[in-house]
Amino acid sequence: MTRFAALTRRSALAAIAATIAARNAFATPDQTRDWLAQQAKGTPKEGKVTLKAPEIAENGNAVPVTVSVESEMSATSYVKAIYVAADGNPNPGVITYEFTPLAGKAEVQFRTRLAQTQKLVAVAEMNDGALYMASREVKVTIGGCGG
Amino acid sequence: MSDDIKPRLRVPTSAKKGDVVEIKTLITHPMENGQRKDTDGKIVPRLIVNALKVTYNDKPVLDAKLEPAIAANPYLSFFVRVEETGTLKLTWTDDQNQSWSAESKIEVA
Repeated sequence: MTRFAALTRRSALAAIAATIAARNAFATPDQTRDWLAQQAKGTPKEGKVTLKAPEIAENGNAVPVTVSVESEMSATSYVKAIYVAADGNPNPGVITYEFTPLAGKAEVQFRTRLAQTQKLVAVAEMNDGALYMASREVKVTIGGCGG
Repeated sequence: MSDDIKPRLRVPTSAKKGDVVEIKTLITHPMENGQRKDTDGKIVPRLIVNALKVTYNDKPVLDAKLEPAIAANPYLSFFVRVEETGTLKLTWTDDQNQSWSAESKIEVA
């Protein structure tokens, strides 16, 4: 009986600790930069990438985002990858894409969760290693992390 | 739960050679992000669809790696260049290594 009580208390404490951890666990712009740097080495230049997202998202649970990269998709010159990160979520990563020239066009659409008002960053990696980026702030009225 | 996970796919049935066509897809999946708590205050373990692989006639087109920041029932759209009649195949994989696939034929005139 006592053991059972202790266990519940322990798990309750663990839950509280986890809550505190979760509260403090939002990614920072630095972590977001680190995450992006892990995906693609180098310093991205502004340009070529277009990041479309609503300026104000009433519901952070599903925010539509479009990322497109101005580039041909031929065997010798194509967009190798797109990395998308957000700097105010518990984890910076959002989605990564790897393309082959068969994709024909480097344009993707997805829906993201945003916990709070924050900046979205998209980095595109060309097959020659060049990096381009775009970013955009999205204001979030109701956060979408269920926390 | 896994019974209601269903991939949906919208692909044009025909195209001209060399066309770049848009593919839209949605898979019904809760995308449990590992942050949410249940009514007992316990964290619901993370369970998301973490990968989507797209091939056309078995040639790779696109690999996407999804993170918990992707909304429930992930909707994705992208493009593919079709040079010949073939089958577009999508395969999703989740954190428990379950996978689902869907395919669709594109007729090239």
